[in-house]
Amino acid sequence: MEQFTGKVWLLGDDIDTDIIMPTEYLALKTINDMCPYAFSPLRPELAAQIREGDIIVAGKNFGCGSSREQAPEVIKALGIRCVIAASYARIFFRNAINNGLLLIENADLVKDVQEGEEITVRAGDSIRYKDKTYPISPLPQNLLDILEAGGLVRAMQRLNGKV
Amino acid sequence: MGMTIAEKIIARAAGLPEVHANDIHTVELDFLMSNDGTTHLTIDMYNALKHPRIADVRKLVWIVDHNVPCDSPKTAASQKKMRDFAKENGITFYEGAGVCHQIMIENHVVPGQLIFGADSHTCAYGALGAFGTGVGCTDYLYGMVTGKSWVLVPETLRFNLTGALSNGATARDLILTIIGQIGANGANYHAMEFAGPGMASLTMSDRIAICNLCVEAGAKTALMEVDDITMNYLAAHGGRRPEACFASDPDAKFEKVYDINLSTIVPVVAKPHFVDNIAPVSECTGVRINEAFLGSCNNGRLEDLRLGTSIIKGKKVAPTVRFLVVPASREVYLEAMKEGILDTFMEAGAIVMNPNCSVCWGSCQGVIGKGETLISTGTRNFKGRAGHRDSFVYLGSAATVTASAIKGEISAAFT
Amino acid sequence: MGQTLIEKIIARNIGREKVTPGEIVTVNVDRVMVHDIFIPFVADKFEEMGFSKIWDPDKMVLIYDHLVPASQLDDARHFATGDAFAAKYGVRNVHRSDGICHQLMTEAGYVKPGDIAFGTDSHTVTYGCVGAFSTGIGYTEMAGILGTGKLWIRVPETIKVQVDGTLPPNVTSKDVILQILGDLRADGATYKSLEFAGSTFDAMTVASRMTMANMTVECGAKCGLFSPDEKTAEYCGIAPADFKNDTFLQNLKGDPDAVYDRVLTYRAEDFVPVAACPSQVDNIHPVSEIAGKAVDQVFLGSCTNGRLEDLAAAAEILKGRKVAPFVKFIVTPASRKIYREALEAGILETLAEAGAMITHPGCGLCCGRAGGILTDNEVVVATNNRNFLGRMGTSKVQIYLASPKTAAWTAVEGKITVPV
Repeated sequence: MEQFTGKVWLLGDDIDTDIIMPTEYLALKTINDMCPYAFSPLRPELAAQIREGDIIVAGKNFGCGSSREQAPEVIKALGIRCVIAASYARIFFRNAINNGLLLIENADLVKDVQEGEEITVRAGDSIRYKDKTYPISPLPQNLLDILEAGGLVRAMQRLNGKV
Repeated sequence: MGMTIAEKIIARAAGLPEVHANDIHTVELDFLMSNDGTTHLTIDMYNALKHPRIADVRKLVWIVDHNVPCDSPKTAASQKKMRDFAKENGITFYEGAGVCHQIMIENHVVPGQLIFGADSHTCAYGALGAFGTGVGCTDYLYGMVTGKSWVLVPETLRFNLTGALSNGATARDLILTIIGQIGANGANYHAMEFAGPGMASLTMSDRIAICNLCVEAGAKTALMEVDDITMNYLAAHGGRRPEACFASDPDAKFEKVYDINLSTIVPVVAKPHFVDNIAPVSECTGVRINEAFLGSCNNGRLEDLRLGTSIIKGKKVAPTVRFLVVPASREVYLEAMKEGILDTFMEAGAIVMNPNCSVCWGSCQGVIGKGETLISTGTRNFKGRAGHRDSFVYLGSAATVTASAIKGEISAAFT
Repeated sequence: MGQTLIEKIIARNIGREKVTPGEIVTVNVDRVMVHDIFIPFVADKFEEMGFSKIWDPDKMVLIYDHLVPASQLDDARHFATGDAFAAKYGVRNVHRSDGICHQLMTEAGYVKPGDIAFGTDSHTVTYGCVGAFSTGIGYTEMAGILGTGKLWIRVPETIKVQVDGTLPPNVTSKDVILQILGDLRADGATYKSLEFAGSTFDAMTVASRMTMANMTVECGAKCGLFSPDEKTAEYCGIAPADFKNDTFLQNLKGDPDAVYDRVLTYRAEDFVPVAACPSQVDNIHPVSEIAGKAVDQVFLGSCTNGRLEDLAAAAEILKGRKVAPFVKFIVTPASRKIYREALEAGILETLAEAGAMITHPGCGLCCGRAGGILTDNEVVVATNNRNFLGRMGTSKVQIYLASPKTAAWTAVEGKITVPV
């Protein structure tokens, strides 16, 4: 079973897509161009501090707001290994899966963990923080299929016989 | 020795019986106009003064017109600084009411005045027989604090106009042709004075278009005599009375005199990237365009919009062309609305905006992208003026611009 | 056992008698919408996926609205990419400056009652106003639909919102939806469908219903649906006889014995003018509680409240009055058609004479790229759908969302004002 450990960035409830990727920068040419502006309305310094393998832990309704897929793409491009939130807004949830960004739903961790601490995730099974274990509920099969293919683009390429 | 209009206005402002070209005089300013392009810088300089004061707040007119509605937090901050300062100090203030020069002409300028504007196209006020000239922030600040400034009395280039425009040519084609003839620095430090029997055929709108663009030949100011057309315009705009109506004396000294028969003017365009790079429209037909712009302090008045609708009525904007129509002021916007002009443009598929500088200023509304081509009634076609540094701007008349918007390529309105 | 409105739409679409919430099904898409911000991404993903043609080019609508007029140097690339994509794949439904996508989709007849539509924008839920199931998706899924014509969805549970009675005259459908959002909270309907029923909604215009459907995404809903009626039929260009004889449309309402996740019941007479205060859409307070707060700008427009009745309500208030000194009042009609109707009716003249800046139809300030951007400590009352941090400029801009009536009175008084 896949297991990884990462440093936590702690965010609150209702982290909306305008915070994750403000509209002002939405029409920049590439996702990498947009990365420096991620989370800028809330924490302008955050994007530069995130390192490969870090983990975002947040409250309820993460990713609420617009359909902009730049939001999960930018999070992934910044190197975030996975997001663990109490709950997700639906469009963001679909977009993240379609781009192969791992989302984990857990309402308790955000109450316990502090920013900068390390947690360990056992994919599909549990999260470990200090001496506590938090269960992870499994995803529906059709979503696992997309994740397994490596995102929706790959799934469609397979459909079109391109891979 | 006789005096030119420019000399007479400066003499009046200096409180002297007579001044002559190349003298330097201290003058009392009648108005100081400033817009959101630079006012925030002036305020910073003002606040850094040891004893900041405004000599006469009635002389100040501040106008937010360049980025309207506001397009970025940075601009919003500059505009807020300007708004707050105006509010605090009781400065006459306009926001979203139109392009600064059009507002000044509609509401403030009268013949005989000497006016500084923190914008190069302030020379437009010559259409009303006023000496308007563009200045930088430092000159503006000095005028704001003292009510005065110094000027070098300019030599005058005189343009004697005869005949009347024909061949589908407009006042804009005339001034573009003149700039092409004398060059982008052909009138450096000079006043350009227009007179002669041909003036009677030029409307106030035509005259504003002519004077406005004189800075593109390097002129310090542009001037015209006051006549019935001027007086009727003033009567219709708040019944303002002239300070003084000047004409050049028969023995005034002109640096150079040009005689122009208006009937010889043909529709022209200024090709990228210089205003004096003039060619007949017929030489440029077929150049594909991405955007067309009808508006600005140069050509965004009712007469220009009317000319546009006379061409586009019953036709459509080419599918992939963006045709921006931007009335120069709220007054123009309302009149165009009442005449059905706005609806005609909307029906044709144009983008009709609130009065503002729009893409003539090139920092927000309607900016063009890499490799794109714009045909515009704006004031300048410098490289990058309307957006991306690798883009192309052609300047033409309201008629040429509208015809081009329909065809999707540069096109003559009348053949 | 009966069915909810959304269950009926999905069941018919996939040719089944009924569907159950929680089921994952694949639907046949009736219409898709892509707007200018996302078209370059959709085009890239579409080609990366290996598709060579759109399943049905006439079912795609491409709309330029967020970037019109262009305010940044790279915006024109989006138009060029869109034009090239449309030309290459035979997309004929392209609107380059006709207004906001969500207004055009029903106004121009692309979406009809009972249809299933997806768009690359969260406010795609708007088409629920005519009884269509529509929702926002990302650009990767859109590319997938363009190739296949299909999309998987989870059949949502339904929350029913029942409102009966007559709204007070100073209350609009905007106040109603804001109050509901405040009660449900920003995630109160996540993954669920909202179904509106009751005499209050029956009495509403389609435009007013559009305002409500539009904002259902702000409580996380997948969609917000109204049953089609004669007004819907007229709006959608369905002949009265055809509408009457269409048994599906006649029955397109929640059955009395349908199973609801929750039912919210209100009395119309209890509603008051409310506002969403900074910086969450569910931070709802009566306007009377915040009245008197000085404002710098008022924005009337957007797919939420930029329609003729909204402009008319504002004009009625501004007639013979002026916008307060030093206050900017920006009016952005939702579509070219609305702009022209407002011109014809003298509404724009009244607004312009009062001092409003009337811009070309488009998303304008609502999408935060131009159209009235603000700076630190400025306060704006706006009729659109979001007041998120930094949505209209810096993160220190305070955005209050309210009805067109509250907005218009606020513009006149220069401070937040309860409409009369």
